[in-house]
Amino acid sequence: MNFFLLSLIKTAIVTFALLTLLAYLQLVERKVLAHIQLRPGPYRVGPHGFFQPLADVIKLVTKEGVIPPGANKFFYLLAPVLGVALALTAIVVIPFGPEVEIFGVKTAMGLTDLNIGILFILALSSIGVYAIALGGWASPSKYSLLGGLRGSAQMISYELPMALAIVAPLLMLNTLSLREMVDGQAGFYFGFIPKWSIFAAPAPQIFSFIIFLIAVFAETNRVPFDLPEAEAELVAGFHTEYSSMGFASFFMAEYCNIVTVCCVATVLFLGGWHPLWPAEYGSNYVAPLVFLIAAGILFYHGRQGLRRWDKVSFPATGVVFVLLAALFLVPVLQPYIVPLFWFAAKAGTIIFVFIWIRGTLPRFRYDQLMRFAWTFLFPLAVLNLLITALVVALV
Amino acid sequence: MTEQELSNATATLEQESGAEPHGKTRRMTLNMGPQHPSTHGVLRVLLELDGETIVKAEPVIGYLHTGIEKQAEALTWQQVVTLTDRMDYLANLSNNLAYALPVEKLLGLEIPPKAQWMRVLLNELTRINSHAVWLGTHAMDLGAMTVFFYCFREREDILKIFEAFSGQRMMTSYIRIGGLALEPPRGWEKMVRTFVSGFLEKVDEYEALLTANPIFKVRTQGVGHVPLERLLDLGVTGPMIRAAGLKWDIRKNEPYSSYDKFDFDIPVYEESDVFARFRVRIDEMRQSLRIVNQAMDGMPEGPYAAVSPNVVLPDREKMKTQMEALIYHFKIVSEGFRVPAGEAYVPVESPRGEIGFYVVSDGTSKPYRVYMRTPSFGNLQALPALFEGRLIADTIAGLGSMDFVLGDVDR
Repeated sequence: MNFFLLSLIKTAIVTFALLTLLAYLQLVERKVLAHIQLRPGPYRVGPHGFFQPLADVIKLVTKEGVIPPGANKFFYLLAPVLGVALALTAIVVIPFGPEVEIFGVKTAMGLTDLNIGILFILALSSIGVYAIALGGWASPSKYSLLGGLRGSAQMISYELPMALAIVAPLLMLNTLSLREMVDGQAGFYFGFIPKWSIFAAPAPQIFSFIIFLIAVFAETNRVPFDLPEAEAELVAGFHTEYSSMGFASFFMAEYCNIVTVCCVATVLFLGGWHPLWPAEYGSNYVAPLVFLIAAGILFYHGRQGLRRWDKVSFPATGVVFVLLAALFLVPVLQPYIVPLFWFAAKAGTIIFVFIWIRGTLPRFRYDQLMRFAWTFLFPLAVLNLLITALVVALV
Repeated sequence: MTEQELSNATATLEQESGAEPHGKTRRMTLNMGPQHPSTHGVLRVLLELDGETIVKAEPVIGYLHTGIEKQAEALTWQQVVTLTDRMDYLANLSNNLAYALPVEKLLGLEIPPKAQWMRVLLNELTRINSHAVWLGTHAMDLGAMTVFFYCFREREDILKIFEAFSGQRMMTSYIRIGGLALEPPRGWEKMVRTFVSGFLEKVDEYEALLTANPIFKVRTQGVGHVPLERLLDLGVTGPMIRAAGLKWDIRKNEPYSSYDKFDFDIPVYEESDVFARFRVRIDEMRQSLRIVNQAMDGMPEGPYAAVSPNVVLPDREKMKTQMEALIYHFKIVSEGFRVPAGEAYVPVESPRGEIGFYVVSDGTSKPYRVYMRTPSFGNLQALPALFEGRLIADTIAGLGSMDFVLGDVDR
């Protein structure tokens, strides 16, 4: 098939899926956070607030975009565009699944595969700092300025431990292409321990994984490192003065970055789409089981629904879940959707941890954050890298 | 990179790390508030910043000034109780009590034991209520959003109790001159017992989320330290001064309303930082619970208000059957009662510190002057001492630890 046509189709699918996912990720975050905090969360738009993201998008798009007087117009407008464009571009190199054949066309699940994929992502995230710095600097507000300052300093600092944490598994995987990394983590020790980087033989990369996670919390400005937008101190930090699509772009960029880093963590440390245990022991049946359990819970709650429509909406969703479970049992479809399920499950778990931590921890102070990066995380990452290098060289 | 750029970059770096800059730097004035998420009301703080370090901090108050002190002179003695509710809107019953005590002193009223016990019980519930709101907002300022919702869950229970007692959640006006406004509602024991039995676990829950949290510790330990002498000079009272090592609590030092008959401890910490203030208040919640339990167990029988027909309204039944009761009722409602000329001041330990009303009477049915000594106003004086030389993020921790209510500051 024509390469351009194929790329266009794949891009369309991924863009559609990603943008929907971003909108719904925000709903998921609000819902999870709400339930941690003993409240129902968004509830008015659609059943259980299901159409809330739609309402949010409509609201944000139709709002008037205000450019505050005194703003540097060019950079003020450039910053959110830069932020969201870079964040969305990074998803290009993420592989979501293995090579498959659809209607006789052989193609890989994922948009493209650069032989320097991981460097590409690092580069994009470095340029992403400009969005925050410019946004903070171009708005005529002191809070924005402080937010931008904090953001750029913090992101540059945490890039170092993050890069070092990435290098350690690379030593073992011996490649910079994300697809080859996942291929390198296929297979099992003794037939049941997966060869993921965090379990890999000479030097398990558990510490790298933890350092990477901590660093990406700072890199994506999430609690406990959400200082650039610390609400209690800087009102909203670098995007205080943004409204309408400018604000929406920053917001989207933030969530897109979360998705990207979770995907990278999955690819780099958790073996991408490879299952937790081999298919011989029934790992293919995990997905239908999960969906069936979810459906069961929905049926159970539907019987004693608190609200009027629960008696209908819960079982209806349950039926959809049962159908999904059945989909996973169709042998023809299995090679396509089972890897996708594992990939989504791993990335989703990490995203859930992001939200969970937001609901639990207070935030650091700016100087403590910098000290933590330079005096603790950075040396630890170097040490981890040295040990890994030593082990890899000796074995 | 040219040499000029290099020196600029180092200057910025040093500035960020808190060291003295070599080059010329300009200070930035940041106007924090009166509309800011964490100034807890309409407080405005003018900050002079060097990088993120605060050089000068100046609180600007008065955005919530409603002239309560002057209003009090136009109302009858009993009506002023409703004004006291609206000062410190998180500790209404403490304010009610602080106003009732000096007036009762002037009137020479004997308050029956049941009313006194009830006042103690309600005051301690108020303390828990106020501390719960403080803890929630303080934690939210530091980024721990969830604690806020947990605290408000408990506060809701207390407000329901208040509602059962007085028909109002916040503006209770339940403690009146002469005793209480009404007979306690049927089933109040059960409500309070249910709350008390569950609350201790909830305090442990807060502690698990905050006291044991290393991030919370580094944000609060050693932050906002002010020596005890400075605090005393500034007129600071309450938990702030107990966190600085002074064992001063009016409930123990100058007992009022039978507080001397209760057995409780005064938590004292030496460090005088945000963390010490946090621990003092957490411990106080536990102590308040002890007092509530004792008050429940030893609640005396008897009338809920003093036997003084020309001050306390007669009950409805007597009013319909006895001529004198009807006359007294008419007199109290239409004119109010007269208070003998004189002046009085009785301090009360509110959740925030010493609150007291210096009342002056000229013998009429309206107060000549009601001067309000409020703890929030006194505690706010420590703001510059807390902030100067620290980082912006510390102002948030500091503001939270002072626990002021702007209604109480501005009146």
